[in-house]
Amino acid sequence: MYNAGKIIIGIVIFLALITAPFWYNLGRPSAPPKLEIGTQEKQCVESKAFMQAKHMVLLDQWRDEVVRDGKRIYVNSTGKQFNMSLQNTCTKCHSSKTKFCDRCHTYLNVAPNCWDCHIAPKEQEKLAGRSDK
Amino acid sequence: MNAFASLVSALIAVAALAAISWFGVGAIGLDSVFGVIIPYIALAIFIIGVVYRIVDWARIPVPFRIPTTCGQAKSLPWIKADNLESPYNTWGVIGRMFLEVFLFRSLFRNTKAELREGPKITYASAKWLWLFGIMFHYSFLIIILRHLRFFMEPIPSFVDAITSVDGFFQIMVPTVFISDILFLGAVTLLFLRRVTLPQVRYISLPADYFALFLILGIGVSGILMRNYFKVDLLGVKNLAISLFTFHPVPPAGIHPIFYVHLFLVSVLIAYFPFSKLMHAGGVFLSPTRNLANVNRSERYVNPWNYPVKVHTYEEYEDEFRGKMKEVGIPVDKE
Ligand code: HEC
Ligand code: HEC
Ligand code: HEC
Ligand code: HEM
Repeated sequence: MYNAGKIIIGIVIFLALITAPFWYNLGRPSAPPKLEIGTQEKQCVESKAFMQAKHMVLLDQWRDEVVRDGKRIYVNSTGKQFNMSLQNTCTKCHSSKTKFCDRCHTYLNVAPNCWDCHIAPKEQEKLAGRSDK
Repeated sequence: MNAFASLVSALIAVAALAAISWFGVGAIGLDSVFGVIIPYIALAIFIIGVVYRIVDWARIPVPFRIPTTCGQAKSLPWIKADNLESPYNTWGVIGRMFLEVFLFRSLFRNTKAELREGPKITYASAKWLWLFGIMFHYSFLIIILRHLRFFMEPIPSFVDAITSVDGFFQIMVPTVFISDILFLGAVTLLFLRRVTLPQVRYISLPADYFALFLILGIGVSGILMRNYFKVDLLGVKNLAISLFTFHPVPPAGIHPIFYVHLFLVSVLIAYFPFSKLMHAGGVFLSPTRNLANVNRSERYVNPWNYPVKVHTYEEYEDEFRGKMKEVGIPVDKE
């Protein structure tokens, strides 16, 4: 091999960059966030699988229907009715934003700006401001 | 193969790959194969393949010093030398390399030649390739850095910073990223450039289209996943972290579009070392870029020269001094 010194430095840099996630996670036991649902209810607005993947779509749809069409009642797939409201419906069951929404969002680096305007449930008040983190 | 056949065969290949993963997970339930086994194998091929290619290149001797230059070489002190265009020391080489790798300087010089009426030949600058190339590579980089949110826990703060800048406009839920638009736009424009310019179309092979379609497929599947199908990202991150800690947990319940994305990425990285994409490593090993233009001031020895047995003048004189003196030939040493 010619220029072995330089080649080896290059290869080491390449390996370090590529394997960085392995080193970074080394010795950190991976613990998915513990979510506190915050309610005795058994059923969310829609099925659990739907909520996990698509709650933001649902919220977006609610927002549009309320703000644009003035329609405030949502009927879910099983026929149950809900008031289409972020701060009055979701948080009525999910009474802790920090231990539910935020834990999951922080784990996945999602920072919805909804709480800039909408009021988060009580526990949140001492940490007022934009605190999705 | 003609241009059309190349294009179609590459398109079919990528579509087939997408279909394999979609049905492999959706219909047959091979979640672990596409979620754990294939990504691990692909990563291993990528790492070993890239190191192998680099070492393989490094074993090839460079017989001559062959930098391509486009500026004044260093000569007399009162002639202004250009250290970037015609490097005369290591700093010049480093500067030139830096501009090449980070700003694609040689693409910026791209020109086109055209025959005009007369016939006269005209040359003009052609910056499209540079522009699309730079758009493509930087948006790709930003997307990969943003993806670290799935691969690292806790998420490093720079990932957070990049994500919020990238989602600056906050249009739609979830936010549309600027880099996504640039990425898809750039790959599409690179593709259009390839099919609309007759000369480029003529020299395009299936391998050229395959890489483009594969990358386009990755981008499209990623954006579909984010903005249309929606997948359980918590499940995705748990899977990714489990892979990176070598405790793979068989995934379950993630939408097949995720596996299409992951499988295309796996194919891309496994294909990388053996394809033209390896230019990423090759640019550092190009003798036309990484050597200084010092042909006149420093002797360059061809590394594959075998040791030539030489007989120097001193030795010659030592051998024949007596005889030389006898016939009156002048000698250096008495
Ligand atoms: C009637 C009470 C109730 C309301 C209202 C409600 N949820 Fe839920 N939610 C639940 C329950 C109970 C679960 C757990 C479901 C399960 O485990 O099957 C849940 C689960 C979820 C999950 C999945 C959590 C996980 O474990 O992965 C998300 C996300 C979620 N809810 C978001 C929302 C959002 C957003 C709203 C407002 C649109 C909302 N919920 C409104 C009761 C509610
Ligand atoms: C700029 C401030 C602002 C931001 C940011 C904002 N909203 Fe709203 N939102 C409003 C206002 C004002 C209303 C109207 C309230 C009404 O008429 O009841 C509203 C109404 C809604 C409603 C229906 C009414 C209710 O009580 O909830 C939903 C659902 C909603 N927003 C969801 C969201 C979501 C989800 C986000 C984050 C992606 C968000 N909003 C961000 C200001 C905001
Ligand atoms: C199971 C984990 C989880 C829980 C719990 C959760 N979210 Fe989310 N949420 C996500 C993920 C993941 C995204 C991003 C989706 C994407 O990027 O495609 C998201 C995105 C959002 C968005 C859209 C933000 C954007 O700009 O992309 C809103 C609004 C939102 N969540 C509201 C809530 C609210 C309100 C709660 C609590 C009631 C909640 N979420 C609980 C995982 C969760
Ligand atoms: C060559 C490497 C890759 C490229 C170019 C790429 C590209 C993209 C693009 C353009 C998006 C659209 C949304 C966004 O930009 O966040 C996306 C989303 C996504 N990618 Fe990738 N990706 C790559 C590798 C991976 C890998 C290895 C994973 C495995 C975990 C992955 C998982 C995801 C997921 C889960 C989303 C959806 C994000 C969301 O819904 O917010 N990607 N990808």
